[in-house]
Amino acid sequence: MTSAEVVGPDRAPPLEEEQLPGGFRGAMERARLNLRTGNLGALPIIVGEIAVVILFGFTATNFFTSVNFVNLITESAGTAMLAYGVVFVLLLGEIDLSIGYLAGIGALIVAELQLPGSSWQMNGILAMLVAVAACAVIGGVQGSIVAFVGVPSFVVTLGGFLIWQGVILNKLQQRGTIIIQDRWINYTDAYIFSPTFGWLIAAIFTALYPGSVLYRKIVARGTQIAQQSWTSATLKTIGIGIAAFGTVAVANHGKIIETPEGLPLAGLIVVFFFVVLTFLAKWTTFGRHVYAVGGNAEAARRAGISVPRIRVLVFMISGATAGVGGIIFAAQVNSVALTFPPGNLLLNAIAAAVIGGVSLFGGRGEVRGALLGAILIGTLQNGLNTLNISNGWIYIVTGLVLLGAVTLDTVAVRLQARSGR
Amino acid sequence: MSDTPLLQIQGITKAFGSVQALDDVDLEVRPGEVVAIVGDNGAGKSTLVKCIAGTHTADSGRILFEGQEVHIHGPKDAGRLGIEVVYQDLALCDNLDVVQNMYLGRELNRGQILSEAPMEQHTTETLKSLAVTTIKSVRQTVATLSGGQRQSVAVARAVMWNSKLVVLDEPTAALGVAQTEQVLALVRRLGQQGLGVILISHNLHDVFETADRIAVLRLGRNVGVFERLKTTQQAVVEAITAGKPTKVAGIPSAAPAGAGA
Repeated sequence: MTSAEVVGPDRAPPLEEEQLPGGFRGAMERARLNLRTGNLGALPIIVGEIAVVILFGFTATNFFTSVNFVNLITESAGTAMLAYGVVFVLLLGEIDLSIGYLAGIGALIVAELQLPGSSWQMNGILAMLVAVAACAVIGGVQGSIVAFVGVPSFVVTLGGFLIWQGVILNKLQQRGTIIIQDRWINYTDAYIFSPTFGWLIAAIFTALYPGSVLYRKIVARGTQIAQQSWTSATLKTIGIGIAAFGTVAVANHGKIIETPEGLPLAGLIVVFFFVVLTFLAKWTTFGRHVYAVGGNAEAARRAGISVPRIRVLVFMISGATAGVGGIIFAAQVNSVALTFPPGNLLLNAIAAAVIGGVSLFGGRGEVRGALLGAILIGTLQNGLNTLNISNGWIYIVTGLVLLGAVTLDTVAVRLQARSGR
Repeated sequence: MSDTPLLQIQGITKAFGSVQALDDVDLEVRPGEVVAIVGDNGAGKSTLVKCIAGTHTADSGRILFEGQEVHIHGPKDAGRLGIEVVYQDLALCDNLDVVQNMYLGRELNRGQILSEAPMEQHTTETLKSLAVTTIKSVRQTVATLSGGQRQSVAVARAVMWNSKLVVLDEPTAALGVAQTEQVLALVRRLGQQGLGVILISHNLHDVFETADRIAVLRLGRNVGVFERLKTTQQAVVEAITAGKPTKVAGIPSAAPAGAGA
């Protein structure tokens, strides 16, 4: 499910682009220029991920297996979903601390709504929609307090953190664990696609990026608009293709006893939201306004953008993605228990987005960062687990990686500033 | 220059509590004319701009735009009339590129999907028409531009929307010599293209470089309007520091434009 570098259309092309020769040589020179000026994009995190995979591949006996690979996807899926929401909130320069327990609320709602024998029992799909909508509304309420009253988001969502934790405690202390029996809900984690369908999904996903490049080229026909070169588009498409088809190939290869493995639905959900949210952030007016408000809220206001509206919508997205993530986590264990959310979910989600290059100060970052960050954290924790390393060390290593990633990013930004980019 | 004034301000008064920021102020701008508003700190320049932009509503007085009385209640109203204000602190988003800033809040889209190509095309054309040639790529983020280039982008953004009157609040305040010249040349070009321009400035050098007429405010009152070609910096400085109000409350001044203090 690893996605290779997808450079957003918003990134300014290098100044010297016009002077560079075309074709493969031009692409290489541009890459060298980017490297020198610190315009690294997603490269460090992809290199880091490959390094981690190789490291664990050699040291942990059970790591480099198909079955574990599928586990890795389902384990990372929930974190990635929450991290998507974090990206949007961070783009505004805000923070949402409530998402961990909001995920719990989402899980609790589906668990309640699917409860067999209760008067409100409903179809699993409907239950999930209701739960996600409820989380979006909760996010919207929190966002409204931030946007209209002006209470700092840190405080509002810290309040949310405590409140939703309290609600979950109250509900589950008497009941203990609620078992989820609805198959649709449990499918969100464990449904396995047939190999053919897996290939089809990989093909569609791979086609999206060149499709978008082609679309832009067609639209820009007959104008002098700077366009992406065919070479760099081809190279990136190949990268994405290797990641997508590689993921499906490894997943399809696995077998638990006699049941064949394959691409899990959780993986598809994460990829689906990745595509939709990237589109939202980069191709729509709303996304543009999110970046604008995060960059300079006053400028956005003067330009006639309704800043409160953007803030509320972003907190709704954050709530909704937390709800989806919560459902996936609940489906993993087929239940909701007092131990929800699973260890450090909130901090993992924020760390994933930050490792993925999203700035805490607003206006800088991309949705793909959340996905890459979540995969890196997931791989690390999964690998250390298979090595039987204690939880303490897992936290320490995750912390060091976070620190390293942000340090690298800060240095890169400074390099970019120095080179006037 | 056309005979109908583009903007006429008649007897605008604005008080903040007990502070009389504007007291019976008049101003006239014709198409193709650059009018500078000068005055010391606290003379009421910014308040006047905010009344034109709709940020403040005047307590009394009338604003006529193209001969019609108008009520401006916010930036959107002003924009609809064709009035654009470029603020001192620019109001650009550093993290967005030139095209994105030019279209900020007014993006071209189909459905909700951005139409990048026409936006980029039109941005390039607008910058070219204003002879802003120092910006290498319109896909650079604004953070990478120099102060003068940013100011040019801010001005170009104001011009792009078929605006008729552009108000520039201290456009050269933070610029070096060469960049100041760049921006002043741009201001003159706006006038030549038939737009009305109001230039707020502290810097008399800038004012004498660009303005056709110079309106002086002192302590919230008109103290004189000078034709640039018929006056000296000396006379303007005197008006700024010691000018007498040109009209007694409510009664239009007998002194013709250019008489000064």
